[in-house]
Amino acid sequence: MSDYRIYLFLALFMIGALVVPVLPIAVARFIAPRKPGSIKTEPYECGTVTEGDVWVQFKLQYYIFAILFVVFDVEALFLFPWAVVFKEVGPEGLIAMVVFIGILTLGLIYAWQEGVLEWET
Amino acid sequence: MGDIMPQWFSIVLLDILKMALILAVVPPCMMYTTQLERKAIARIQDRFGPNRVGPYGLAQPFADMIKMLVKEDIVPKGSDKLCHLLAPLLIVVPSLFLFTLLPFGPGFIAAPISTGLLFFMALGSTGTLAIFTAGWTSRSAFPLLGAIRNAAQLIAYEVPFVLASAVIPMIVGSLRMTDIVMAQSVSGWFIFTPWGFTAFLLLFTAGLAEVNRTPFDLPEAESELVGGFHTEYSGMKFGLFYLAEYVSTIALAVLLSVLFFGGWAGPRIPFLPALGSAILWISMKSFLLVFVTIWIRGTWPRFRVDRLMGFAWKVMIPVALANLVGAAVWFYCPGFIGTAVSAVLVVSVFLLTSQLWAAPKPVLTTTWADQTS
Repeated sequence: MSDYRIYLFLALFMIGALVVPVLPIAVARFIAPRKPGSIKTEPYECGTVTEGDVWVQFKLQYYIFAILFVVFDVEALFLFPWAVVFKEVGPEGLIAMVVFIGILTLGLIYAWQEGVLEWET
Repeated sequence: MGDIMPQWFSIVLLDILKMALILAVVPPCMMYTTQLERKAIARIQDRFGPNRVGPYGLAQPFADMIKMLVKEDIVPKGSDKLCHLLAPLLIVVPSLFLFTLLPFGPGFIAAPISTGLLFFMALGSTGTLAIFTAGWTSRSAFPLLGAIRNAAQLIAYEVPFVLASAVIPMIVGSLRMTDIVMAQSVSGWFIFTPWGFTAFLLLFTAGLAEVNRTPFDLPEAESELVGGFHTEYSGMKFGLFYLAEYVSTIALAVLLSVLFFGGWAGPRIPFLPALGSAILWISMKSFLLVFVTIWIRGTWPRFRVDRLMGFAWKVMIPVALANLVGAAVWFYCPGFIGTAVSAVLVVSVFLLTSQLWAAPKPVLTTTWADQTS
């Protein structure tokens, strides 16, 4: 069976799998009571009224983590093709990958050293 | 035309049968996993657990389902109604998708694609998008905090998850799930090698974080964030988040038994056909791992949010990188020396990084982080 056939199945599955979440929601829509009220639809805030809007920009603790995440996730992209042919490329391929991983590891050590990985409270 | 049509028809019919089998088996499995979890945790906490509905409480999952169906669906004021509805759909579909990629017996896999492992990991991380959608569109403070915690958690644990699993294609030479199982029938289970054991521990830990199970259930930390990302969900939509969580937990357990515990391999069980025996073996291995996650939930407290990020970046990623080198050493120096060297390498990196992680924060005069904030 070629891969294209299987991807066709996966596309079909994506549509078919929608039955599992859609069916119960549709059934619930018919049998569940619906009585929305102004107090009932307030956002939950332990009984008090929410002050201000929640859709605001606020400082994330981890935006530098996000940059590091991109670095290491792209590394993984290079790592997987190498890993599949690891046995064929032999020691030269291993050395090339160790150098590549080594440079990234130095980057991680540098980031750690600079205190980027500390969670500031 | 007359020859092509029946062939085309039989292919689609086979696809629909495979799909129907997965969609019919997985949700009941999830329902009884919740039952198992409630019973097991009750025993850990010295209670009986559900025992009123049906014999030994076995009809409890159905009672829960009916309760979910007849509950009112409340959509909070000011929320994005379309995305509020889409989020539960977005989280359930990828989690069901994972089962098409997992082999349950020789040739018994719905989608035997050549990039199975990579595709599994790609699908596994999409749940975060749905959780973020749920948290953000609710327009409420607690779900937003849960969603942002979840994004932070995925960013931290996706990297060790991917790096740790890269040792499998290194040794097997393929990303195909069936090839991984076949390789273990020749060389023995990967859990018994130093790199396999390390990769198992890393994948299990990072996997728990990806499916938001204790001790990494910070996005829905019920004691601090009410319900986390699903605070504003009720009725069946709330139930679908639970469905997705348990379905992904089962999928993770099946993945780990495929990668490290020989998949469907096991002594032939008498009075069963070969395929039935294979399915029974992989189910037993997977449910043992599911039980371990329940056991962890019953016994361990939750991670603190700052320690959570530090643990992934400072301990798990260095250990995963060392494990890649360890697997290479093991491959090039077969026998006792390679095993010993790779084990020593991984253990020493773990001891070093965990000591540095646990050490008190260094007081720096200026840091890059200070200057930019």
